[in-house]
Amino acid sequence: MTRKVLIVDDSKLARMAAIKALISLHPDWTRLEAADAATALELVQRETPDVALVDFNMPGMDGLTLAAEVRQLDPKVRVAVISANHQVEVVRRAHAAGAAFLPKPLTAEALREFLGSTPGSPQGVP
Amino acid sequence: MTDQTMVSLSPLELDALTELVNLGVGNAAVGLREMVKEEVLLSVPKVAILTRQQAIENLGEGAVKRLVAVHQNFDGDIRGRALLMFPEAQSMELVRAVVGGDLSLDDLIELEQEALAETGNILLNGCLSTLANSFGRTLRVSLPEVVHGDGSEFFNLTSWPRADDGVLFIYINFALRRGDIQGYLAMLLDLPSLVTLKELLASYIVSIGGATTTSATNAS
Repeated sequence: MTRKVLIVDDSKLARMAAIKALISLHPDWTRLEAADAATALELVQRETPDVALVDFNMPGMDGLTLAAEVRQLDPKVRVAVISANHQVEVVRRAHAAGAAFLPKPLTAEALREFLGSTPGSPQGVP
Repeated sequence: MTDQTMVSLSPLELDALTELVNLGVGNAAVGLREMVKEEVLLSVPKVAILTRQQAIENLGEGAVKRLVAVHQNFDGDIRGRALLMFPEAQSMELVRAVVGGDLSLDDLIELEQEALAETGNILLNGCLSTLANSFGRTLRVSLPEVVHGDGSEFFNLTSWPRADDGVLFIYINFALRRGDIQGYLAMLLDLPSLVTLKELLASYIVSIGGATTTSATNAS
């Protein structure tokens, strides 16, 4: 089933890397990109994506806050916070926001695992 | 504000460098967090090419005059200096966070150099290895050295022929909540290294944008 994935990162290069991983798994899925939280929230409302991949360390609203707001706007969106900064506090806050945590740089394997986990189950293993 | 003679990075090259620094410091913060047993907060990195004078002035804007820096020189395809800096007044607080709070002042003073050097080593080496791994190059990194002073002293690299050479100035704030410790990381490169860095970034971007392979970088 074709799905819609929103990729949020202030770095264009990081978005390119995420898109590449996604294309290698699901070349037919629709990809949406946002460079900041405001655009991301607008896209969530307008395009109702199935999945959002959100960078943690962004100027303005950070990825953890954005993840929580996305989940509030549309609880059906499966969200993963992505960062190289996997301090336990950051991972814990991602889970508390109802999001999974994936290490950066994002690999196709990690993305596959995230996308493959059963929808509806608690997102991200604690 | 850049001089005509300076190397300039394209927006995507700057983006790639910022992202690599972000990855490097993010990884390194995990190691530091294990040492201090509390969350290490990091800002979004800023990357700019400045003259050395501008870099010193930038540093001087941060109100605090006396700083402690841990620096490590690196050498290889690119060479320069990476620094971790914070106000001298916060030095002891950082040492206390690193070694634990139960030590006497004498013990803390005795451990100061070592604790600062180790903190610097974790953050700076972490950042440099991410850069080196992502570029597929080797960087030789010197042992950390602790120095007290201000920006003009820290940024004085003998290998730089002229004070108006372009330097790459990367800064990122880090903070520990307990004790309000705040510092920043900077990295300085000489002009020939900037030319090489531009080439390395261009290849890195191609490797990310390339269509087939799935993992172009080494995370740790």
